[in-house]
Amino acid sequence: MTTAVDKPRRLMPRWREYGRPRELVVRYLLLLFVLGITVGPLLWQFLASLKGVGEDVFGADASLLPHHPTLRAYREVFSQVPVATYIRNSLIVVVLSIVSQLVFSTTAGYMLSKPGWKGRKAVWVVLVASMMFPFESIMVSLFLSIRDLGLIDNLAGVWLPGFVGAINVLLMRGAFLAVPREIEDSAMLDGANEWQRFRYLYLPSAWGAIMVVTINTFISAWDDFLWPLIVLRSENHMTLTLGLSRLQSSSFGYDQRVVMAGSVISVIPVLVLFVITQRWFYKGVSAGAVKL
Amino acid sequence: MATETAEPVFVPGTERTASVPGTAPSRIRRIVRAVLPGPAPGANGAALYRRWWLPWLWTAPAIVCAVVFGVFPFLNTVILSFTNAKPLGGAASFVGLDNYTRMLDDSDFWLATRNSILYAVIVVPLMVLLPLMLAVLVERNLPGIGFFRSAFYTPVLASSVVVGLSWQWLLADDGLVNTWLEKAHLIRSAIPFLSDSWLILLSAMGLTLWKGLGWYMVFYLAALGNVPQELHEAAQMDGAGAVRRFWHITVPGVRQAMMLVGTLTGIGCLRVFTEIFMLGSSTGGPGGADRTLPFYIRDVGLDPITGNAGYGSAVSVALFVLTLGLTLLAQRLTKEDEA
Repeated sequence: MTTAVDKPRRLMPRWREYGRPRELVVRYLLLLFVLGITVGPLLWQFLASLKGVGEDVFGADASLLPHHPTLRAYREVFSQVPVATYIRNSLIVVVLSIVSQLVFSTTAGYMLSKPGWKGRKAVWVVLVASMMFPFESIMVSLFLSIRDLGLIDNLAGVWLPGFVGAINVLLMRGAFLAVPREIEDSAMLDGANEWQRFRYLYLPSAWGAIMVVTINTFISAWDDFLWPLIVLRSENHMTLTLGLSRLQSSSFGYDQRVVMAGSVISVIPVLVLFVITQRWFYKGVSAGAVKL
Repeated sequence: MATETAEPVFVPGTERTASVPGTAPSRIRRIVRAVLPGPAPGANGAALYRRWWLPWLWTAPAIVCAVVFGVFPFLNTVILSFTNAKPLGGAASFVGLDNYTRMLDDSDFWLATRNSILYAVIVVPLMVLLPLMLAVLVERNLPGIGFFRSAFYTPVLASSVVVGLSWQWLLADDGLVNTWLEKAHLIRSAIPFLSDSWLILLSAMGLTLWKGLGWYMVFYLAALGNVPQELHEAAQMDGAGAVRRFWHITVPGVRQAMMLVGTLTGIGCLRVFTEIFMLGSSTGGPGGADRTLPFYIRDVGLDPITGNAGYGSAVSVALFVLTLGLTLLAQRLTKEDEA
C-alpha cells in the first residue's frame, strides 16, 4: 500500500503534463517568434558592436554573427566620443535623484500615513494635484523657472524637477499604512519614540516599496531624454542618452559599430540591475497604476 | 513570561540618544535632535510625543517640489499663454488671446494635433490587445517560461534613444528589414521607412508598441491570476478552442485591467516625443510633418532664437485639455462599463 503511494506509476512521460504535444509545439514556436521580435533588434545591435571594420553591418553581405569578434568599437567609442563624461553626468543625476527621492518620499510618506495632525488632507490634495499635469504640458514654464534659477546647462537643473515625486510619496504612504497597528502599539509600549519607530519598524517593513522607488528613479533618470535635451547645451554636461542621440546615423556618419557599442554600454547597467532585482521590477509595473 | 520582563527591554536607537552625564550635547547634535521626531529635551512619555511642526517639516520637501515643479508651472503656463514671453528672458507683455487665435489658424499646430490623436487611435487598441495575448502565452508555467518572460521585458529597460538607434538601422534603406525583404523577393526597391512622413509615423508607432509590450504584459499577468481556471476547463470540455476562450473568458475577465491599460497608453501616446525624434530626425520628419504636440511645443516654445514661450504655453494648454478630455472620457467609459 505504502509503496504504491510513494511510487505512483507514471502513465505518461513528464512533459505530457504540460499539455498535448501539438499545442506545446505551437506554444513554443510562438514564444520563439516573439523572442525574435522583442530581443532580436537589441541582440543584433550587440552583435554588430562586436564586428571589426572589415565586416559589413548593413546590406546584403552582412551576416548576423561577427566572424572576428573584437572589442575595437568599445575602445573607439571612448576615444572618439566623450562617453566617459556622458556616463559620469548621467550617474550624477541618477545618484542625486535616488538619494533625494528616497529620503523625502519616505519621510513625507510616513507623516501622511499618520493621523493626528492638521493639514494632512491639504498636503495630500496638493500632491495628487501635482500629478495631474503631464510633464510635456508644463515643460515650457519649467524651463523658464530653471532659467530664472540660472541652471540652464547645469546638471542640477536636470535633477531638480525630479527632486521628489508625488507618486513615490503616495507609494511609500501606502506601504507604511500596511504596517499592522498592533506592532506599532507594542513598540510604543516598549518606549520607542517616533524616530525609532520610523527607523527600526517602518523603514524595514516598507523594504519592497523602497526598492520599487529606487528602481523606478534609476530607470527614469538614466533613460530620460526630453528634459535633458531642453536643459543641457554644452557637450561636457550631456547625459548618456543625450550624447548617444547625437550619434544618429544621419548627422555625422559615425561608424555604426561604435554607436552600437555606446548603446550597449547604456543598456548594461539597467540590465544588470534587472537581473539582480527582477521581482521588484515587476512590482513597479503595478505601482505605476497608482498614477491614476 | 517572567524571564522576558526581567531582561532590560532593548529599544534600538536608545544608545544613540543617551548622552554621557555632565557633557553638554554638541550644537550639531542638538540641531539634529530637534529635526528628528522623538522626546523633546526633558520630556517624559516620549513614545507619543510629537512637536506640532514636525509633520510639516517632514513633508515640506515633497510639498515644495509638488508646488514649484507641478502646480505652479501649470498655473504659470496658463498665464504665460496670454503673453509673448521669450524662452531666454527679456521683456514680455500681455497680448490677450493672440496666441490662441494664432493657434487656431496655425496649420502646423493642427498637423501636430492630428498626429498625436492618430497616434493614440492606432496604438491604444493594439497596446490593449497585444500584451494581453502575450500574457496569455506566457501565463502557463512551462519549462523555461521565466526566461521568456524576462526576455520579453528587456525592451522596456532600454532607453527610447537606444531602441530608436536600433530601429533606425533596422529600418534604414540598407537595413536589416529591407535587406531581408529584398532577399525574399517581396519588394524590388527599399521601403523608405525613414524618409516618407507616413511611414515614419507608423514606424514610430511600431516602436512605441514594441517598447511597451513587455511592460503591459507584466501588468496583465497580475490581472490574469484573477480569472478562474475552472471557466477555461469547463469551456474546453464543451469544445471551445483557444481563440473562443480568449474572447469569451479571458477578455471579460480582465476588462478592468484593459480599461486601465487603454487610459494609460492613451495618455502616453499624447506624450510621444523621443520616437519621432529618433526616427524622423531632429526636425520631426520631412518638413516637420511628423511632429507630435510635445515636439511642436518644444519647437515653437523653447527654441532659443525663434521661440515664443507664450505661444508654446498656449499649445501646452491645448495638450493639457486634450489629456484631460481623454482622462474624463476613460473615466466615463469605465463607469458605464461597471454599471
